[in-house]
Amino acid sequence: MSDQPSSASFGRLLTLVPPSIAIGLFFVIPFSLIVLSSVAHQLQSGDFVFGFDTAHYERFFTSIFIGRAVYSAILSFSIAVISLLIAFPFTYVLTGFSKRTRTIWLVYILAQLSLSEVLIAFSWQILFSRTAGITNLAVWLGVLDKPFSLAPSALAVLVGLVYLALPFAVLLLFPALSRLDRSLIEASQTLGASPVRTFFTVVLPVSRPALISGGVTVFVLTLGAIIVPQVLGRPGHWTLSVLITDQAIYNSNMPFASALAVILLLMSGAVIGVVGWLNRGSGK
Amino acid sequence: MKMQSSRRRFLATTGAVAGVAALGMPAIVRAADRKIKVGTYGGYFEGAFKEFIYPDFTAATGIEVESIGVPTGETWLVQIKNAARAKKAPADVSMMAGVPRLRGDAQGLFRYFDESKLPNLSNLSDSFQSRNASGQLYGCGAVSWYITLCSNTAEIPEAPTSWAEIWDPRNADRLGLLALPSNSYLLEITAKTFFGGTDLLDTKEGIEQAFEKLQEVTPNVRLWYKDEGAFQQALQDGEIPMGQYYHDVTGLAAAEGFPVRSTFPKEGGVVDSGYWVVPQHAEPVEEAHVFIDYICQPAVQASLSRNVGTAPVVDRAMTDLTDDEFAAVSSDIEPIVPKYQIYMDHADWITDRWNEMISGS
Repeated sequence: MSDQPSSASFGRLLTLVPPSIAIGLFFVIPFSLIVLSSVAHQLQSGDFVFGFDTAHYERFFTSIFIGRAVYSAILSFSIAVISLLIAFPFTYVLTGFSKRTRTIWLVYILAQLSLSEVLIAFSWQILFSRTAGITNLAVWLGVLDKPFSLAPSALAVLVGLVYLALPFAVLLLFPALSRLDRSLIEASQTLGASPVRTFFTVVLPVSRPALISGGVTVFVLTLGAIIVPQVLGRPGHWTLSVLITDQAIYNSNMPFASALAVILLLMSGAVIGVVGWLNRGSGK
Repeated sequence: MKMQSSRRRFLATTGAVAGVAALGMPAIVRAADRKIKVGTYGGYFEGAFKEFIYPDFTAATGIEVESIGVPTGETWLVQIKNAARAKKAPADVSMMAGVPRLRGDAQGLFRYFDESKLPNLSNLSDSFQSRNASGQLYGCGAVSWYITLCSNTAEIPEAPTSWAEIWDPRNADRLGLLALPSNSYLLEITAKTFFGGTDLLDTKEGIEQAFEKLQEVTPNVRLWYKDEGAFQQALQDGEIPMGQYYHDVTGLAAAEGFPVRSTFPKEGGVVDSGYWVVPQHAEPVEEAHVFIDYICQPAVQASLSRNVGTAPVVDRAMTDLTDDEFAAVSSDIEPIVPKYQIYMDHADWITDRWNEMISGS
């Protein structure tokens, strides 16, 4: 009797070995190297030696980079909110359709994920241009006098990033909304609530965990966007990730790039942590 | 001609066979066959070198070239550094941009050349010979290209004449400029245009002065670009009617019928260059010298100008380029030469100051 559970748990432990090795190899080691190099000492030649030098973190707090970090967080938060505002009602309506219609829509949305960030950024650049962009359509419809360019601008960055995030938001909300207990909605309506009221008082609160996890995922994804802000925005719209790339690729400053990457990771971690904590508190 | 081409094919075939064999026993076979791996910037550059330069080089020397496309800038230096840790070289000879060339030497990643094996080196001016403090040669000018003031002829009927026009308030929100200090060379342009020359940048105070003047340009900039394609498209459409761009590419676009022109301002175009370097652990050192020396010949430089669109690194008088051919890639106006060293000496400070400037904070 006593043997069985321990051998079962041993078996379970054994199955953990391959994924643990994989995670160790592909995540822990590279991440440790990033942390180590973020405190390495940068040499004049562009090379660095491992050591303990906090200069790179100090530089973050004394320069433009902290402003970029705050901007990146605000931008990512806005993208998360906007894409959820669009994705939630859409997904809710989608789950009410027949299985066939749902499948077609989901395949279509999945197909969007195959477009790279580069392709999306440049397509929007054309759509926002003066010569071939959507303002020409407005001129043709008689709304505008002459076409003008909509990029580079904050709006263009916002639109590009929402476009990038939307499929993720829909796909993250879909499982929860399709599993939603329809009897709750029926009960609410039987008790006299209008569809709109049902949506806000029943559907929305029940889907809270999915909304939060979807929001966090979109937030983290957007923090890592580097192409859209550069192609559709001005330097004032560039995210911290863009500056990390610059430091690593053009400035040969791996330690500072690593320090910025660690800070970006801490930001993501903090958001996930705070949201998780808030979510748990309200669940009780 | 026919014989030559079949000879080339023969060399290519034997080269491939030898390459396969070399995987098995590198030390023995590599010594026997004459072959080098040459790295040039991937894409158009690499394609043009492969098509127009390497076949003639192989025909002239019997040395087979294995062409590899390499990234521009620091990424390639990082790859060379990582390979050096394993005592390997990712290429035997490679093109390297101005700033990473300095960093690579400072990190001891390149071999020094034996100048007695480079008789054609004397064709190059001193600025194309990269030497360390004790005078040892580690870099040799390969090709140059110009960054000029380019404009859309429909939007701007009269060609600009001076870099000062990018400061003109009439050009508010109309310009496209390169987004990095070390590829736009706007500090050099500012120093030459308003402070009498790039010597201003020899001190940090001077660089700060240039920054203060350059700051005045920012309201005129619509696009700070990193992707060349994005700017070229906007320039051709007239969406962004003026900016700094590459002289040769603009010339090609104009030849294709787009309403664009490249102007050498009276202060000069910016001449940027790629340099040949030999990574520390490259083995066919002899062949590398033969290759570099070959490219230093005026006739080869002329061929590069005609076929690749680069400016010669030798004096024009040595070449047989016609006026039109020369004008397509270069100019007689004295160029603005980048101060590569400042981007290594003040790397962090210049980047931070630059980022503050362009993001308007």
